[in-house]
Amino acid sequence: MSITTFIIISIIKSVVVLGVLLTAVAYSVWLERKVSAHIQNRWGPTRVGPFGLLQPVADGVKFILKEDLTQPHVYKPLYIAAPIISLVFAITSISVIPFGNWVDIGPWGTYLQVTDVNIGLLVVLGITSMGVYGVALAGWSSNNKYSLLGGLRASAQMVSYEVSLGLSLVGVLIIAGSLSLRDIVDAQRHMHWNIFLQPVAFFIYLISAYAETNRTPFDLPEAESELVAGYHTEYSAMKFAMFFMAEYANMVTVACLATLLFFGGWLGPVLGPPILQMILPVLWFCLKVFLFMFLYVWVRWTLPRFRYDQLMAFGWKVLLPLAVANVVVTALIVAWRA
Amino acid sequence: MLHLILFLFFGTICVAGAINLLAQSHPINSALSLIAVMASLAGEYLLLGAEFVAAVQVIVYAGAIMVLFVITIMLLNAGKEERTQGSRVAILIGVPGVLIGGVLVAWTLLHRPDMQTVPIGALKGDPSDIARLLFHDFLLPFEVTSVLILIAIMGAVVLASRPEAIARPHRSTPGPQETRELVATGKDHR
Repeated sequence: MSITTFIIISIIKSVVVLGVLLTAVAYSVWLERKVSAHIQNRWGPTRVGPFGLLQPVADGVKFILKEDLTQPHVYKPLYIAAPIISLVFAITSISVIPFGNWVDIGPWGTYLQVTDVNIGLLVVLGITSMGVYGVALAGWSSNNKYSLLGGLRASAQMVSYEVSLGLSLVGVLIIAGSLSLRDIVDAQRHMHWNIFLQPVAFFIYLISAYAETNRTPFDLPEAESELVAGYHTEYSAMKFAMFFMAEYANMVTVACLATLLFFGGWLGPVLGPPILQMILPVLWFCLKVFLFMFLYVWVRWTLPRFRYDQLMAFGWKVLLPLAVANVVVTALIVAWRA
Repeated sequence: MLHLILFLFFGTICVAGAINLLAQSHPINSALSLIAVMASLAGEYLLLGAEFVAAVQVIVYAGAIMVLFVITIMLLNAGKEERTQGSRVAILIGVPGVLIGGVLVAWTLLHRPDMQTVPIGALKGDPSDIARLLFHDFLLPFEVTSVLILIAIMGAVVLASRPEAIARPHRSTPGPQETRELVATGKDHR
């Protein structure tokens, strides 16, 4: 493949993936509103389009047209940079997520992935770990006590749970013997999904990932009842929308990672003509990701919020020892078998 | 060619970030410049083909250590620093020292006839190679370092905790007998 073709294919892939991701983000908001409404015996959005399906478009237009207020007491450079940092890091991590297998398009072929790096998992972890700055800086630069408390809570929580999140993945890595997301999925062929081999790791990952994305029951950084709106109290219009999009993009990334690491990624029954064989893996992948997105909403409207000391105690005294124990047991079993 | 452009790009960010770190008077700006330095260093590692080292650089330094820096600055609510005239030691020893060091490094790089160069990507930075080095070739130093860090953490905990908190178990609510006494005497002993 010549360099020009490579660049053209890369650009096409980036644009498509970005478009799909942003659409997914918009419709996760719709999903959230719809599911939460039905959980609470309401209808949710119904007015804009059939089943309120055009609601995300209306929301987007509203965000763009709203007045963008900047309070005089904020520290401006960081106040403006914070939502950008949040959104950029939230979106970048999708670039190493594989959606499916090799496909042939005419004379060329490509993996359904923007770029295949052999340390894909570490790249995702690295990029998501940088996302903390958006929240922390937003809280600090707003120059407002609620924002500051929200930012502090968010950064302490994300740093604490990142440890157990990383450790919970080590078991999967030991079994797969690779850091490449593609290899990890390939190691789960024949229904050897990691959810069956690493159930403890899966639940640790799920809980820490909820804490990482600041979702209920870990939504203390923006706990409305005590902190107004936490770190984004002073933000409005598009700047607020950027935080909002970052949160949902992070949820999508977490759901993708859970699918890839524990639920066999795009693996599933594949049959029929070649075109169907090409589409089915992507369909399985999207279906699994959708289930995780649904779970997010379901959990949000089922569990109450943690208290802050409970959150920290749970992270450090329960999840971390469990994750370490899981790593030790997995390593011993793998070493004994080898 | 592309390599050289990217090298210069990340190198410029790195040096500019380092200078900005010293020039800024607000701690949080300095911390952010340090993050830029770390991130651009990761970019340089990537150019050398050491993807694993680059990822670890971002995760550990930019993602964990610098977050703690930023949290500390936010917690202490550190304000702007005052400008000083600069210390005499820095001018008398520091500046000539840096100059001599720079000249030495440049001279060594330029005038070593037997200097060997390695093509980009020839040095393996795979996780498996690094794992072999850490857990096989240098196992003892690695484990000793981890014990050292553990001791440092324990020392930090001991130093940070107040002595009375260790000596006497923390009790937030009075027991039933105490409550009766408190009601009887009408004052809070805590």
